[in-house]
Parts: sequence; C-alpha cells; structure tokens
Amino acid sequence: MRTEGAVVPEAGFRSYYGRPVIKPPVWHEPHMPTYLYLGGMSGVSSSMAVMARLTGNPRLARSARLAAAVGASAGAALLAAELGRPERFLNMLRVFKPTSPMSVGSWILAAQSGLSAAAASADLAELLPAAKDMALLATAGDAALLATGLTGPLTATYTAVLIADTAVPAWHEAYRELPFLFAGSAMAAAGAVAMLATPRAQAGPARAVAALGAALETAAGTVMERRLGMVGRPYREGRAGRLMGTARLLTAGGGLLAAVAGRSRVLTALSGLALTAGSLCTRFGVLEAGRASAADPAYTIVPQRERLDAAP
Amino acid sequence: MAECHPVGFQWVMEAKARGAKVFHVDPRFTRTSAMADRYLPIRAGSDIVLLGALINHVLDNGLDFRAYVLAYTNAATIVSEDFRDTEDLDGLFSGWDPDTATYAPRSWAYAATGEQPPAEHAEGGRRHAEAAGPETYGAGGAAAHPSPRTDPTLTHPRCVYQILKRHFARYTPELVERLCGIPGAAFAELAEAVTANSGRERTTAWVYSVGWTQHTVGAQYIRTAAILQLLLGNVGRPGGGIMALRGHASIQGSTDIPTLFNILPGYLAMPHAHRHEDLEHYLEREGGETGFWGNRRSYLVSLLKAWWGEAATEDNDYCFGHLPRLTGDHGHYTTVMGQIDGTVKGYFVIGENPAVGSSGGRAQRLGLANLDWLVVRDLTLVETATFWRDGPELETGEMRTEDIGTEVFFLPAASHVEKEGTFTNTQRLLQWREKALDPPGDCRSDLWFYYHLGRLVRRRLSDDEIDRPPRELTWDYPVHGAHREPSAEAVLREINGVGPDGRALSSSTQLRPDGSTACGCWIYCGVYADEVNQAARRRPRGEQDVVAPEWGWAWPANRRILYNRASADPEGRPWSERKAYVWWDAERGEWTGHDVPDCEIGKPPDYLPPEGARAQDALAGTDPFIMQSDGKGWLYAPSGLADGPMPAHYEPHESPVANLLYGQRANPARRTYDRPESPYNRPGPLFPYVLTTYRLTEHHTAGGMSRPLAYLAELQPELFCEMDPRLAARLGLGNGDWATIVTSRTVLEARVLVTGRMRPLRVEGRVIHQIGLPYHWGWGGGGLVTGDVVNDLTPLVLDPNVYIQEGKAMTCDVRPGRRPRGRAMLDLLETYRHG
Amino acid sequence: MAERMGFFTDTSVCIGCKACEVACKEWNQLPDDGFVFEATSYDNTGMLGASTWRHVAFIEQSRPVQVPSDPEAEDSVDRWLMSSDVCKHCTHAACLDVCPTGALFRTEFGTVVVQSDICNGCGYCVPACPYGVIDRREGDGRAWKCTMCYDRQLGGLEPACAKACPTDSIQFGPLDELRERAEERVARLRADGHEEARLYGESPSDGVGGAGAFFLLLDEPEVYGLPPDPVATTRDLPAMWRWAGAAALSVAGAVALAFLNGGPGLKSGTSLNGGTFLTGGAGPKGRAFLKSRAFLKGRALLKGRALLKGGTR
Ligand SMILES: Nc1nc2c(c(=O)[nH]1)N[C@H]1C(S)=C(S)[C@@H](COP(=O)(O)OP(=O)(O)OC[C@H]3O[C@@H](n4cnc5c(=O)[nH]c(N)nc54)[C@H](O)[C@@H]3O)O[C@H]1N2
Ligand SMILES: Nc1nc2c(c(=O)[nH]1)N[C@H]1C(S)=C(S)[C@@H](COP(=O)(O)OP(=O)(O)OC[C@H]3O[C@@H](n4cnc5c(=O)[nH]c(N)nc54)[C@H](O)[C@@H]3O)O[C@H]1N2
Ligand code: SF4
Ligand code: SF4
Ligand code: SF4
Ligand code: SF4
Ligand code: SF4
Ligand SMILES: [Mo]
Repeated sequence: MRTEGAVVPEAGFRSYYGRPVIKPPVWHEPHMPTYLYLGGMSGVSSSMAVMARLTGNPRLARSARLAAAVGASAGAALLAAELGRPERFLNMLRVFKPTSPMSVGSWILAAQSGLSAAAASADLAELLPAAKDMALLATAGDAALLATGLTGPLTATYTAVLIADTAVPAWHEAYRELPFLFAGSAMAAAGAVAMLATPRAQAGPARAVAALGAALETAAGTVMERRLGMVGRPYREGRAGRLMGTARLLTAGGGLLAAVAGRSRVLTALSGLALTAGSLCTRFGVLEAGRASAADPAYTIVPQRERLDAAP
Repeated sequence: MAECHPVGFQWVMEAKARGAKVFHVDPRFTRTSAMADRYLPIRAGSDIVLLGALINHVLDNGLDFRAYVLAYTNAATIVSEDFRDTEDLDGLFSGWDPDTATYAPRSWAYAATGEQPPAEHAEGGRRHAEAAGPETYGAGGAAAHPSPRTDPTLTHPRCVYQILKRHFARYTPELVERLCGIPGAAFAELAEAVTANSGRERTTAWVYSVGWTQHTVGAQYIRTAAILQLLLGNVGRPGGGIMALRGHASIQGSTDIPTLFNILPGYLAMPHAHRHEDLEHYLEREGGETGFWGNRRSYLVSLLKAWWGEAATEDNDYCFGHLPRLTGDHGHYTTVMGQIDGTVKGYFVIGENPAVGSSGGRAQRLGLANLDWLVVRDLTLVETATFWRDGPELETGEMRTEDIGTEVFFLPAASHVEKEGTFTNTQRLLQWREKALDPPGDCRSDLWFYYHLGRLVRRRLSDDEIDRPPRELTWDYPVHGAHREPSAEAVLREINGVGPDGRALSSSTQLRPDGSTACGCWIYCGVYADEVNQAARRRPRGEQDVVAPEWGWAWPANRRILYNRASADPEGRPWSERKAYVWWDAERGEWTGHDVPDCEIGKPPDYLPPEGARAQDALAGTDPFIMQSDGKGWLYAPSGLADGPMPAHYEPHESPVANLLYGQRANPARRTYDRPESPYNRPGPLFPYVLTTYRLTEHHTAGGMSRPLAYLAELQPELFCEMDPRLAARLGLGNGDWATIVTSRTVLEARVLVTGRMRPLRVEGRVIHQIGLPYHWGWGGGGLVTGDVVNDLTPLVLDPNVYIQEGKAMTCDVRPGRRPRGRAMLDLLETYRHG
Repeated sequence: MAERMGFFTDTSVCIGCKACEVACKEWNQLPDDGFVFEATSYDNTGMLGASTWRHVAFIEQSRPVQVPSDPEAEDSVDRWLMSSDVCKHCTHAACLDVCPTGALFRTEFGTVVVQSDICNGCGYCVPACPYGVIDRREGDGRAWKCTMCYDRQLGGLEPACAKACPTDSIQFGPLDELRERAEERVARLRADGHEEARLYGESPSDGVGGAGAFFLLLDEPEVYGLPPDPVATTRDLPAMWRWAGAAALSVAGAVALAFLNGGPGLKSGTSLNGGTFLTGGAGPKGRAFLKSRAFLKGRALLKGRALLKGGTR
C-alpha cells in the first residue's frame, strides 16, 4: 500500500493524500455567480441603452437603462454581502491597483453603478410632472448614459480577468476564452431582460443582441473546452459539468428562440427566461468548475509536471 | 528519542552531521527511525537477546578493550564456587527459593578471601527485595569485597570474564533472528558498527528510555547494556555511556530528592523497621565501608541535622529514630492493592494522574473509590479527581456515584512557570527557573502547600512523644508575597548544606559525621557554593568550551561526565588525543582536564591503598568507579539485584512465544498481583498479538497537560492504534476505521492507523503482529479530546528490582469495529476471561 | 529596504516534532483548526490555512520488504518524510498583486504581510496563491497567513517557528546567505549518496521569481503537497486584459450592429427572419441578416481570436 495517497487516477501522478495543492475560491453561492450575471447583464444593458438612445428607441432605452442600474446596484450589494467584512466594502476604493483585477473592477463597477444609476434616475425623473422642464437633468442623464457606453462592456468582461487571474487551473488556463464566454453570456442576459421588459415591437434589437450573445457564448465555450484539454474536464464533469451542459442547452435554445420569436409573446417569454437561466447557469457552472479544478490536485500537478518535464 | 526528547535529539542530529552513525531499535518505525541511519525492528520484550548477542560477539571475537577491561572492571575477579548460572539451572541462578519466589544472593558473591561479611549483610533476600532495596543503588552499588581474588590472565574458569563468556555463549545472531525478528545481516552491521566505533580513539553511546525499563526484566536490560559498554571501554569517557532519557521535567530531581518510598535524599536507603533498629545498625548494613559510600555516616548525619537541627544530637542518634520505617513494599501498586483491600485509607496524589497513567486503570479506580479521603493537587481536574462522577465504571454499572464514600479534595496547583525553583534534568543538571507569572486564582505552588500544611499540622501537635518527629523538624523558611510563598532559594541552600560557621558548603567532601555540618542532600552539596545559586548560571555555550561547566550545575560537584577517571589510562594519560577528557598532570601533581575530575584531585594513578583503609582511601589510583566498594565497573553484580548477577533473557509475563533459551519462561523474581480486579491473559490463541504502548510527541503522559490545550490536542485528536497492513487486511480493517482491542483487563476502542511503520516479525517460525497504542487519552480531565484509557488494558506485573510495571510488552486480541457499551462490554470481557 | 530575510527549511533534518506549528500558533494566538483524526500518518491538520501558518507534512513511503524467512513479501515503510511548510513570501506574490485593498504589502524585510485592519475579506488572494497558502477564516472573514513574524523581526527577534525548531530544520536569515548555505547542504547530501535531495523555490527564475521561503526536499514537491511549477498568474495579466478588451469591444460592436443593422425593419416590428425562418430557408430579412455586416463582423471577430491568440503567444 502506498500510504502517500493518489486519489485521482492519473498516470504517474503523485500528491499529498490527494489533498488539493491550492485553495479553492472561498466565494459563496449564490452571491458571486449571481453578481457575475448581474454585472454582465448591467454592462450590456448599458450598451443597449446607449444604442437605443442613439437610434431613437425610447422604450427599449428606458428598460435597458433601468436594467443596467438595477443590475449594477444589486450586483454591488451582492458583492458587499460576499465580503468577509462587508463593513469594509469601501476599502476597495482605498487604492487603485492596476495589478489587481478586483481593484480595477471595483472602480469599473463603481463607475458603472454610479453612472447607470444617474442615467436611470434622470430617465425616471422625466416621468414626474415636476421634472418636465428640467432639460439639464435630461442632459446630465444622457451624458451619464453615454459614459456607460464605456463602462458597460468593461463591466461585462472584466469579471473574466478577475477569475482568470488566479491559480485555479480551469480559470487561468481559460483566460483567452473566458472574456468572450462572459461577453456572450452578458449579451444574452441583457438581451433577454430587455426583450422581456420592452414592448415587443420595440424589442427587435434586444432580440438581436440576445441571439448574437447566445451564439458568441456557445462558440467561446466550445473553443475553450477544446483548447483546455485535461484542465477543461471540470467543465464537463460533476456538478459544474451539469450546470455547463444545461447552460449550453438553455443558451442555444434561447438564442434560437430569440432569433425567431418576433412579436410572439410566448416565444419571447420562453426565450427571455431560457437565456436568463442559461446565463445564470453559465456563471454558476464556471464558478463550480473552478472550485472543482482547485479541489483536485491533478489539475494543478499534472499540467505543471508536464510543463517541467517538457522543459529542457 | 525524537518523539519524546525532541530538544535533546538535536544533539543526535548534530552528531550525525559530524559523521556519527545512528541505529534505532524499536518495535515501531518512529520519528527517530526516520532520522536514523539504520532502523532495526524488534519484538517488544526481547532486547536482552540482542544486547546479549552483542556481548557474545565481543567476547567470542576478543573485541573487548582489554586494557580498560582489566584495569577498570571486575572481569578478573573470581566468583564463589557456589555460584550456578542460568545455563546450568535452566533459567534459574543459584539461590532460588521457590517458596518465597526470591533469590538468596550469597552464592553470587566473589570467592572468599578469608574474612567474610556476616551473612545477613549480603544484599538481597526477600526483605531487601520487598522494600525495593536494589533501587537504593542509584548512585553506587551494593557492598562487595574491596580486594577480591583476581586472575589478570582472565583464564580462571570462575573469573567474571569466563563466566560471562559461558553465560552469553548461546546468545547468537541466529537466536536474535529467531527471538527478536532481526535478520542476521542487520545484526552483523550493528555489531560491526558498535565494535569498530569503540576503543582508544572512538566511543559509542547507548540511549534508552522506558522502552527498555517498563519490562519485568527492565533493570537487567540496562545491566546488559552496561556490560557491553564496560567491555568496549565506553563508560566514563566522552561520547560514551548509557544515557537514560528521563521523563517528567524533573523526574531525575525526584529520585535524587526522592518521591520514592524506599530511599532518602542522595540514594541513602530508607531505614527498615526490622533491619535497622538504630543508626549503627543501619550504617553497618547499608553500603560498603570502602569507596565513597564509606562516608555515608557523614551524609546521613548531615541530612538528619538539616531536618532536625538542634534537636539532632549525638546522644539521640541525631534523631535517626524520627525517620519513618519501611515494613515492606510500599510502592505504588502495592498501595493500590491496599486501597482495594481497605488497609490504605487516605491518599495524596500530587502531580500524577494514576486513574489514567498507571497500569491497571480499573484497579487504580477501584482503589480510589475505596478510600476515606483523597487529596489531588493538579493543574487541571484530572480523571483521578473526577472518577467518582464520570469514570468508565459508572457506564458499565460496576460503580455508582452514590456508593462511593471517598471524600475528594481537589487543590489547584501552580505550574512550573508560575513558581521558582530548579529542574534536574537527565544529565543531572540543576537549572534554576524564575517565576514567569503569578498563578491564577487559588493555585499555589507545591512548596507553598507542603510548607503551610506542615505549619498547620505542627500547630495541632501535642507534647506527646509520638508527635516529636514533626514537632522537632526545622520548619522555618522565609516567606514572601501576599500568599506567604516560602523561598525556594532558602530550600536549595538547605539542600546544599552549611558548615559549623553557618556558611554554605561547597563540596560533599566537607561533610562530617559528628553533626557539625547539615546537608539536605549530599550529592547536591555545592549547588550553593560561595553562597551563590550555581544552578542559576546561564553562560551561553558560545562563551565557554564544549563541556559548558558554567551552564547550570551538575551533581556531583558540577561534574558533567561521571566516572571520568576512566577517560585516562591506568597511568593517567588520555587513551588517545582525540578522546582526551581528564588526565593526571604529574608536574602539578593533580588531575586536570576539561571537566571536574571524578576522583580525588591529588590522588596519583599509582596510589595503592594501605591495609585497612576506609572509604575513598581504600580505592587505588586506578579505580574510576568510586562509588563502588571495589572501585570497579561491574560486569558481574555479586550482589544488589533481585533477579540475578547477570542478565538472562526471559519472555514478558504475557508473551505469545515460549522461551527458547530456558525452561524458565518469564523472570522468576517478577512481582505479580494475581487478583480478580486485574487478571492476566491466559497463554494461548485467544490473545495472538503483541501489544506495546508508548508516547507521542504531541501529548504528555496521562494527558492532563496536553489534552486541555487546543494547540496540542488538535495535532493528535483521537486515540488510535497502529497496525501493519497485512494484519489490517486480515481483520478487514481500513485506515481510519475503528478497532476494538481486548485483554483480560478490559476492552477498548481506537481508530486504526494502518501503516508500514509497524512491521510484522517472523519469530520462532511464525509471523507475529504487533499493535501499538499511545496512552495519552482519558474520558475527561478538562480535555478537548477524549478517548479510552489504554492503561486499563495493561497487566499489573513488575520488575522485581525497581517495581516498574511491564507496560511495553503484553498480549492482546483485536476485533474490527467499535466496542460494546455498558453491560455488553463486561459480557464480552467475560468471554475472554473464561471463554 | 533592509536586507531581504527568508527561510530555508531543510526537510532532511526535520523530526516532525511540530514545535514550529505550535510555536507559531502560540506566538500569533491563532485559533485551533478543529479536532479531527485524519488517518493520514501523523498529520491531523492537513494543510496550511487561515489558522495554521506552519504545517508539518508526514509522508510514509513503503517498499516491499522480505520478512526474514517468510515467503510473503511485506510492504514495509522505507522512509518517513517530514516537512514543515509555510508561506513562500514570493518575490512575485500573486496574493499581494491581486489584493484590491492594499491590505497585503511588502515589508522592509522583503516579506509579504496582511494588514488585518485593512483586509476586507474579499477573498481574492485565496485562489490567487499558487501554493494554497493564504485563506479566509470562517467567522472572522479576513484573510490570514504567515507574517514571517513581522512583529518579532521588528523587535530584532527571529521568527517563533525557527526559534522553536530543535534541529535547525527551519533556518532564518538573509536570503542570499541562506541560498548559499542550501547549495552547500544539497551538495553535501548528494555527495553522501542522497541523489534525491533537491532545492525547491530557491531559483529567482521560477514562476514566482524565487521564494523567500525555500526548501530542501527529498522527493518531488507534489509528494509534499507543493506545486511542482508554481506561477504567479499576474504574470499573464496584460494578456488577460487584452483579451478582455477585445471581448469588451466585441460587445460594443455587436450591440451597435444589432441596432444599426436591424434598422427600420425591426422598428416596424418585423421579425428577423421575416416569419419564414421556421418553415424552411431564411426569409428575405433573415437572409439579409446572415449577409449583414453585423454577422460578418461577428464571424470575423471569432476568427480573429485565433489570430490574436497567435499574436500573444
Ligand atoms: N512528547 C512527550 N515527551 C515525553 C513524554 C510524553 O508523554 N510526551 N513523557 C516523558 C516521560 S514521563 C518519559 S518516561 C519519557 C519516555 O520516553 P520514551 O521511552 O522514548 O517513551 P515511549 O514512547 O513510552 O517508549 C519509547 C519507545 O519504546 C518502544 N518500545 C516498546 N517496547 C520496546 C522494547 O521491548 N524494546 C525496545 N527497544 N523498544 C520498545 C516503543 O515503541 C517506543 O517507541 O518521555 C518523556 N518525554
Ligand atoms: N501504558 C503505559 N503507561 C504508562 C507509561 C507507558 O509508557 N505506557 N509510562 C509511564 C510513565 S514513564 C510515567 S512517568 C507515567 C506518567 O503518569 P502520571 O504521572 O500519572 O501522568 P501525568 O499526566 O504526567 O501526570 C502529571 C500531572 O501533574 C500535573 N502537574 C504538572 N505540573 C505540576 C505541578 O507543578 N504541581 C502539581 N501538583 N501538579 C502538576 C499535570 O497537570 C498532570 O496531570 O505514566 C506511566 N504509564
Ligand atoms: S517539553 Fe521540555 S523537556 Fe520535553 S523536549 Fe521539550 S523542552 Fe525538553
Ligand atoms: S506563497 Fe502565496 S500567500 Fe505566500 S506570498 Fe506567495 S502568493 Fe502570497
Ligand atoms: S481578502 Fe484581504 S488580503 Fe485578501 S485580497 Fe482581499 S483584502 Fe486583500
Ligand atoms: S514566521 Fe512567524 S508567522 Fe510565519 S510560520 Fe513562523 S511563527 Fe508563524
Ligand atoms: S520544529 Fe523543526 S523539526 Fe520540528 S517539525 Fe518543525 S521543522 Fe520539523
Ligand atoms: Mo516517565
């Protein structure tokens, strides 16, 4: 009996009683994956709101503005809740650290939530009778909105860097594809929300965003898993594998539905819900795959050992 | 050693780094084995075979250090023609009395040289053995003739050398393989290393602890090592010796100034009610007239003066009559039997947890439950203080709290960091410690307790004659602080002793037999020399030579290596430059060197004692073993041991194999208590495995000091047993499972650690599996972790010389799964006792 | 900055006494880690964590051994490796890099320390560490790890664990000196026939730029629970941002195109596929979409990733 345990049946692979080498991410469910979803949804919603405003689609613009604001602030709240010391949330903005994706992301998120909130409030304020003549407010709102055209896409994609800049093999090795996976997932999520929240006649671009997002996510996911090889296994196996598989189905199905839904109430609803669920599943799945790849020493040791053995 | 003396083990590592080769002999592969160059797995209880075979190897091949052996040991001494060896009597020495199950040691003596000591003075005999007499030789030996007949050619058939040779002739490498389970090649490597590394230029050291002592032949284990070391010239020389690694922080101190029933401070024998009526009587019989023990009157009278001061006068034998007397065995286990039988009514337990730490845990608790009163002084509420409300016998229904009449007083004690005083370590080094912080709450030092208890008792004394001994005690230490803490330095100074001028003495050679000096422990005389607390010296090792004489103070006389006269040849020159330690400086006419020479500094090597000389004057300039009456290292012990003048292999009391050497299976003189509370395992297939018990680095003894500490408890949180993979497979046990371990004393459960570190041994043609159990757990004691009490498994059987329990080798059975609870457990036990 | 201080842990002389583990807990007043029997040799604390900053690993290695005169070969222990692990105080410390609050900082001794009053428990450092050292403590919510006894060093004392180590398995000192000493030690062990002796973490050219706490091991690092070739992933951060930037641009572009291209048709409420998509073949609008710039851009973008990928290699 080799007491020095090798739990994972990997040829020639040795470990310390099968214990993980690295620490799995400590982030909690549902906080963190839900935040990833909300951030993505908010970011792309902002992009959509900007475009809707520019192309003169006020209903879509309004729902996207609102979705962006709600998503960003709810996301920020979840993030605060996730912290071990929520009362120290503001310590995030103590410094700006380019080497820390979380620091960069915190500033992006702060900007995104502030701007999107401003943009949304200005928009909502117009509904109030007293605000009818406040042109200044509307201008300010529009300026904020335009600014979210910058922060939005960053909010939707920085989270990929956030998780890829860790020792978690299934994340770090996927740092090329993850931003596109998250971008696609965010587009699908934002498109879905806008589809559901906007009169169907005005929701065409939302459906297009949703369908494009679904396509992007599916493509990025496929490429990622193929390229990762052994390290990609956590995305296919276990709970993460089930979540990712479900996400794949929901996203592809929802995307197709979005493409054909047109003004069909039922199809829109089905598509929107499927895409939302799909996007959520993707986020939970990615987080879980990371956890699984950290918990199993094989994913840390085998690639590193191969790298060493290949080195001259 | 790495496990239990990790701090000391750093020096082994340092020696290793300098090229020393380290062998480790143990039934288990331990942390020590991991660091050793060679690990030799051995069947627990068989070391005399291994050591005996090494002796045989040396003698057979003439590898002994002849110049050393001739000059410094009793190899040439002729032994009485009445002596018969175990080889002649199938495992018994001459003098065996089957009725009393003791030896009469007369026939072991040196051959007569005319005048003989009276028969009753010969050490040994039943009374002597009963009072653990042999243990009183901690600082020397029993009396023997100072100048016996010798044969320097070592060819006389009755000279010690030839007797040894015959005695150990059957201890061969083949026997080692058959009985110990050590293969021939491994033995050969050990034998080669030990002999090649001894002689003029090199020395070998043996290090042991309770793996050697806790056997019914424990004292003889050490004797075997001593014989080997003397033959190889490895005693009294740097890098040589037999190091006893002692236990509790000051356990050495507590034998020097004893907590033992049979000795007074400085290894003076405790007077016996029937053997020692008065001082003269006592002095006549306890110890020889020659060698340093010849001064024992000075030592004892000074002790009596320290205790009874003015009251001790020449007219009243210096209050010798005040000393308590032994009537027989008052050792720990006999006392417990007395409790069970109702003859012992009250009990002080100070810094001990016998309900967990002592063998036969159930018997211990039955005894405690039958007392009128019990005082426990400890740091925590140990199991010994709480057995009446949560002991395991309550679960089985053997005891009910409401039936237990013992009144228990628990008195919280201050710990070692909460009081000042000395520790005496394994190297006889006294190290003074300051108090680091005040004890919390009602915790008080033991010194405080005894002092004030004595004070209160003395207040209640009458003028009656029976109260005289305590009334006349000197009991006047300066006290300080709110709690009136007695001064530990004042106590140390009293131990050191004072001269007629009231000034601190500087050496035990100043002690006088006329009552003009007082000294609490003659071997500690000098620790307060020049009115300075020498134990408090702390000069770093970098600021002095390797002997480091200015770190603490070593008894006797700050000497770091005992009997170091043997480090020089008979002419007083170092055996070699490399091993130079002390030597005779002819120009200055005195001994000098790196250490304090262990002989009279001005006695030249060519000194020959005049006829009729006494004490040290009776020793020649070539006699290094100055506590012995003949100044020699004893390869053969003509007296003083309860179980024979030479070691012989006996099986443990409980053993799965027969004794291949003798018809006599176990040590005939071993002390047994065959009682229903604690029966022995019947031989046979019911108990097929060897069980040994031991310690873990992570815990301390009965656990009272480690189980309550989170940082230690988390490191070893549960009782476990170690077993080899093959046995585990046979029992269907996996790593981490539960196993039940059974002896006829009890049934307990432990988690299983399956490990190749336990190696099954092929002994006498069959595979013997050994089970290892660390013994640190108990059910309570304020512990963060709990577990069954391993000592409930162990038998009550003792070494006859020092009354240590055989905790290292016994038989047992192992069953998969957890143990039954309550009544069902007793039922299972019954099937093993009678089934 | 003062001289860079470090640890050289020579596992070939570690006796597994765990004095280092206990001394660290004692000095830093850490909580216990629970009382669980792990049945993993003599190790019941498992690995480094928020409350265990020194951890002693025990590895029993067996090989078949013939019991004398017994036909059955027995698997018996060959050696028992013990090794005390600790934070590596990396030259390029991923934990420090990613910490968003600046709670983790580099001291004047070149060590990496968490300031517990600034840490907000974001937990980011935890998966960032390639050695699995730092962890967030449940209940307390902050991240904790070895400080290399910053407080003791400030007071001129050596770290508690090194002080307690009886065999000098843990050596503390200026990193340069330690590296020299380690080279000598490994050379000596090899000369004595211990071919398997090797240093781990001593090389400034490794993935973390060299560890401030490095080791002499007697087997592969993974046997001790150490990563064989750890990398501070922040090394790839610029590339990661480039990829994320490309993705962000794709989002902006795709969204823009969804609006611009969809144009009036969508405004009038026609579905993308002109209602015929489901019944076979793309309708006129659908066909228009498939040829649209948005679609082509998207495809190009997806393809472009391959180019980009080549570019960043
Ligand atoms: N960490 C720690 N240190 C301690 C203590 C503690 O409890 N914990 N206790 C202190 C005390 S009181 C003492 S007395 C000392 C004891 O110190 P040690 O004697 O070292 O302690 P043990 O572990 O009881 O036994 C030593 C070894 O003897 C082996 N052994 C058993 N039977 C035999 C045998 O027949 N032959 C041989 N050759 N070996 C055998 C056991 O497997 C064990 O490895 O330690 C002291 N130091
Ligand atoms: N099976 C098995 N049994 C064994 C052994 C074995 O190897 N195997 N070894 C034996 C040996 S060698 C020994 S020494 C014994 C030890 O057995 P015990 O002496 O019964 O056990 P300890 O736990 O050492 O008990 C010492 C107690 O003293 C307390 N204490 C500490 N300091 C002080 C102080 O300053 N004052 C007072 N009043 N109390 C203090 C501690 O809290 C602790 O509870 O166990 C023996 N039993
Ligand atoms: S506990 Fe004390 S006596 Fe025991 S090894 Fe450690 S320092 Fe030495
Ligand atoms: S080992 Fe981990 S925790 Fe320690 S400095 Fe390096 S990255 Fe940070
Ligand atoms: S948990 Fe604390 S130390 Fe770790 S990255 Fe977050 S703020 Fe920094
Ligand atoms: S350096 Fe200090 S904090 Fe770090 S492991 Fe050692 S004792 Fe603990
Ligand atoms: S203190 Fe030293 S010898 Fe003991 S476990 Fe730690 S590193 Fe090893
Ligand atoms: Mo002991």
